[in-house]
Amino acid sequence: MRIVHVDQIVETVAKLCWEACYYLPEDVLAGFRRAEKTEASPIGKTILQQLLENADEAKVNHMPYCHDTGMAVVFVEVGQDVHITGGNFLDSIQEGVRTGYREGYLRKSVVGDPLIRVNTGDNTPAVVHTEIVPGDQIKFTVLPKGGGSENMSAMKFLLPGEGMQGVKNFVLQTIKEAGGKACPPVVVGVGIGGSFDKVTSLAKHAVLREIGVHHHEPHIAQLEKELLEEINNTGIGPQGLGGTSTALWVPIETYACHITALPVAVNIQCHAARKKSAVL
Amino acid sequence: MAEYRLKTPLTNEDIQKLQIGDQVLLTGTIYMARDAAHKRMVDLLEANQPLPVDLRNEIIFYAGPCPPKPGQIIGPVAPTTAFRMDPYAPAMYEYGVKGTIGKGPRRDMIKQACKQFGAISFAAIGGLSTILSRRVTAVEVVAYEDLGPEAIRRLEVEDFPLLVAYDAHGQDLYTQEIAKYENFNKNANKEVGI
Repeated sequence: MRIVHVDQIVETVAKLCWEACYYLPEDVLAGFRRAEKTEASPIGKTILQQLLENADEAKVNHMPYCHDTGMAVVFVEVGQDVHITGGNFLDSIQEGVRTGYREGYLRKSVVGDPLIRVNTGDNTPAVVHTEIVPGDQIKFTVLPKGGGSENMSAMKFLLPGEGMQGVKNFVLQTIKEAGGKACPPVVVGVGIGGSFDKVTSLAKHAVLREIGVHHHEPHIAQLEKELLEEINNTGIGPQGLGGTSTALWVPIETYACHITALPVAVNIQCHAARKKSAVL
Repeated sequence: MAEYRLKTPLTNEDIQKLQIGDQVLLTGTIYMARDAAHKRMVDLLEANQPLPVDLRNEIIFYAGPCPPKPGQIIGPVAPTTAFRMDPYAPAMYEYGVKGTIGKGPRRDMIKQACKQFGAISFAAIGGLSTILSRRVTAVEVVAYEDLGPEAIRRLEVEDFPLLVAYDAHGQDLYTQEIAKYENFNKNANKEVGI
């Protein structure tokens, strides 16, 4: 058994919050570069060049790439042989987010009650997903999720017989409705299967996958390729101002499901496709 | 698609000459306001009450910045999604706002409102926050301080880069440009016999 003090958790989560917001991951930058080379629209090409320039300025000056530093979504994989001391585990994650957003000069974008809508002033609470896994380590992944693209996400129960084509139609319809509002070029996280709650979680987890990596199942990898091509044929383009680079990647995650059901969820991630992990 | 360097306040002549796709470098005063501030302002307009700031002939930037680091004028900032302000925008244009700056396509009511009231809906690049923050030379909270990042701020900007997305002639840049690239690669492949 390994002992981890909550102070280490606070420090780790805090650092992940601002690092994620300042430094866009290399797979996303590579995606921008590929898109910039192939983009057919002059407006779209200029936008992609400016996004690369913006990422560079953010990195050099240690500033947020995008002002919408999101609601923090924190994924935690806790090894079953870890013992946490010094306080409450979940409180330490919230304290980490509070510290990270304050010390990183990140925007506080959370209201405490969805209807009364008063800003909590410290960007808490974060959304925390905890999973117990084998081992004696804890892995943290912070996904600062911007509102513009999250708002355009969607979920539907298809009839089982609608199959592959039904899934494609729903994903395409969701992307067309989102258009420029989701801040393309986007990463389109898709969940297929599971239950009402599981399918949206799959779509969210899909967004974390590195751009350029396909699903291990050949039929899902094929669906990813076809959807990427079809999404880039919608004409939406960077910022919805027309073009051939609407999506950088379409990662799909699947799970078993009930005989009656074919749930599908689409979680759209804007071009500020930030994610950062650390292991304690 | 012309390029202009314009100063605020925009004149009616400025507004009439602008066409969708024109690039504008804007210098002068603009006002930052987004969801929560718009809800309050439109409630005031409906009650025939004055707004906390006179926004007639002004430009509203739909945005909320990050806090500034020590020594910075403003933290990173770029436009938020414009369509969320669609329910409020026609009333604001009717009141006398001459332009709005946001990102993404808007509902047809905005196209009609821009034409009817002689206003422009500009686009700036969403998420271009580090670069755009450098075009801001001064900032001051002027109303609704309790809203934090959603407070109304007065900004001085220099050569702030904009695109005309909806002009005062009823044209829409998003629809026009997307139509050009729909099935672009599919068609290109057909032409070369792939």
